[in-house]
Amino acid sequence: MKPAVFINNFFKPSNMSLIRELVVTDFKLRYQGSVLGYVWSLLKPLLLFGVLYIVFTRIVRFGDSVPYYPVYLLLGLVLWNFFMEATVNGMNAITGRGDLIRKVSIPKYVIVISTTASALINFFLNMIVVFAFMLLSGVPFTSRIFLSLPFIAELVILSLGLAFLLATLFVKFRDMGHIWEVVLQVLFYATPILYAFDKVPEKVLYIMALSPLAQIFQDVRTTIITPDYITTQEVFGTPLARWLSYLVVILIALMAGLYFRKSSRKFAEEL
Amino acid sequence: MSSDEEFALVVENLHKTFRLPHDRKNSLKSRLINFGSRQTYETFHVLNNINFSVKKGEFFGIVGRNGSGKSTLLKTIGKIYYPTSGKVQVNGTLTPFIELGIGFNAELTGRENVFLNGAILGLTRKETEEKYDEIVGFAELEKFMDQKLKNYSSGMQVRLAFAIAIQAHNDIMLIDEVLAVGDSSFQRKCFEVFRQIKNSDKTVILVTHDMGVVQEFCDRALMIQDSKVIAMGKPREIALRYELANSPDATTKDVTTLERPKDPAIKITNFRLLSGDRPSQRYSIDDKITAEIEIEVRKPTEVQINFFFLKADGAYMAGINSTNEFGAGYKPTKGTHLLRCEIDPGQLTKGEYGVGVGVYTPGYVPEIIDVIDKNYDTKMPSVTIVDKSLYKDGDFYLQGKWSKA
Repeated sequence: MKPAVFINNFFKPSNMSLIRELVVTDFKLRYQGSVLGYVWSLLKPLLLFGVLYIVFTRIVRFGDSVPYYPVYLLLGLVLWNFFMEATVNGMNAITGRGDLIRKVSIPKYVIVISTTASALINFFLNMIVVFAFMLLSGVPFTSRIFLSLPFIAELVILSLGLAFLLATLFVKFRDMGHIWEVVLQVLFYATPILYAFDKVPEKVLYIMALSPLAQIFQDVRTTIITPDYITTQEVFGTPLARWLSYLVVILIALMAGLYFRKSSRKFAEEL
Repeated sequence: MSSDEEFALVVENLHKTFRLPHDRKNSLKSRLINFGSRQTYETFHVLNNINFSVKKGEFFGIVGRNGSGKSTLLKTIGKIYYPTSGKVQVNGTLTPFIELGIGFNAELTGRENVFLNGAILGLTRKETEEKYDEIVGFAELEKFMDQKLKNYSSGMQVRLAFAIAIQAHNDIMLIDEVLAVGDSSFQRKCFEVFRQIKNSDKTVILVTHDMGVVQEFCDRALMIQDSKVIAMGKPREIALRYELANSPDATTKDVTTLERPKDPAIKITNFRLLSGDRPSQRYSIDDKITAEIEIEVRKPTEVQINFFFLKADGAYMAGINSTNEFGAGYKPTKGTHLLRCEIDPGQLTKGEYGVGVGVYTPGYVPEIIDVIDKNYDTKMPSVTIVDKSLYKDGDFYLQGKWSKA
């Protein structure tokens, strides 16, 4: 398929409608029968935030030196929550929709994209809570907030790429679910979510700052909250750090996408 | 290509193989433990060199037993499976459904399911909105659309699913065994739709076991057996071929075919089934079934003649004897005679029945003079009853009525 044809098919109205229906269905079913319903998806990250906030400001006290630490922590958790939801749900998307794939020829990527779209909607709703906290914490709102959008887009591309990769691998090896769980735990602590970059020993810092997640999280925070935080560009002292990260994200997304497209022909047989 | 204009579907040299690992190693641990030892596979040739094409506007049937490869063929046409080699060329848009109601969710309302299922079948939201009233009207579920699907009866679900499926805008419809479901009034409605589709310029590819449907609707059909196309042509011929292949005789390789008596005193020389004066093998419940029998009397002798029905497995079901009308000492004169036996309507339920006729010596322990049914001759016609009464079911039609005391 030529790239132009592919992109054309990608945005076909029927495919867009299908994504929409899958996302809507997912939202309707997720909180089916629960009293608080949708509020849960706001409440869960908030509760985690509450626990971590108390631990790191009252008990361990390393949030003290970070400006606007509550907002710093909450935004980190909200970003992480999106990354986790998009990759985990994306991984399960194909195997979970075996009923469809075995019986009807729909574009498989639509299924993965719909899970990322669900996570993204959730993310934007969570962001409302973040903005509310910013208001409470007296963080000044500036037009720099809009500069965060390209970095959020970068996170979406990275998550989607990983979702494609994981979904394909999960069809072939069911161990992937457990492996990714472990990897996520490592990434949670290897990414500046709970702590600030400037507290990290220099040796480890350079390795950690290579991660695209670290670059995205810090860049989103500096644009939304305050430019006082250290970005990977400042760690390495060159804008190249950021470009390297872009390159990694694009490579992951591109290769995962191609791998998914090649493998997706056989999904119906393997499921 | 010029064939684009003429053909809706071209299948050329199509092969499909499945490689099934002997011991499926899809966890990483077993991959690691067995590292170095090559995975062994068994290759199944599910489709072997399939060639056929379907003209635009044609109603095309695919028949075959379970495991013959027919579902795989349908899934390959529907682009759910990719061919191992060969070509499947589809000219036009295709309804890619193999089953009705794909993606239906019991927790969603009927309305929500219409939009979800519509999207899965390739309709945009706007298109579904435009067709919504028509869908609901066809399914006769106006009052239930805001109910959750789990509160629907299975018949209601099927009606809804079929109503959406026929709205999917496509030049080629791929239908797999959808007629086996739903109550009979809805089935009639489906047949009505089929008739409309048959008269429209849509192409339909229908997979079915029901030879009655094949003969009534299809312009052409193919039969697939053991991964190969073994016959293609007129529906009548295919239906006959299918019945031959699936009769108990065929499965035991024809050895059980019974021998008719050689050189009998009275020989049955012709047999045909009529509806009114027209030859027919398909009857609705309101039709009289007429059997016309030609006998050649070589040596006049006293006989009784029996016309009978067989069950699908070839076992005797019921018969009607000539003695009541012709008398106990019926002795036809030398030469040929044409006899008719009329069966009153409303006695057989929907299905297919073998028929036969026998000439016997009189009395309660008769001897066979001559007999013919599908156990003797696999070319014997069969009776198909197409219309199922809404009010009666079972092995035969109960006569009787209800009243309020």
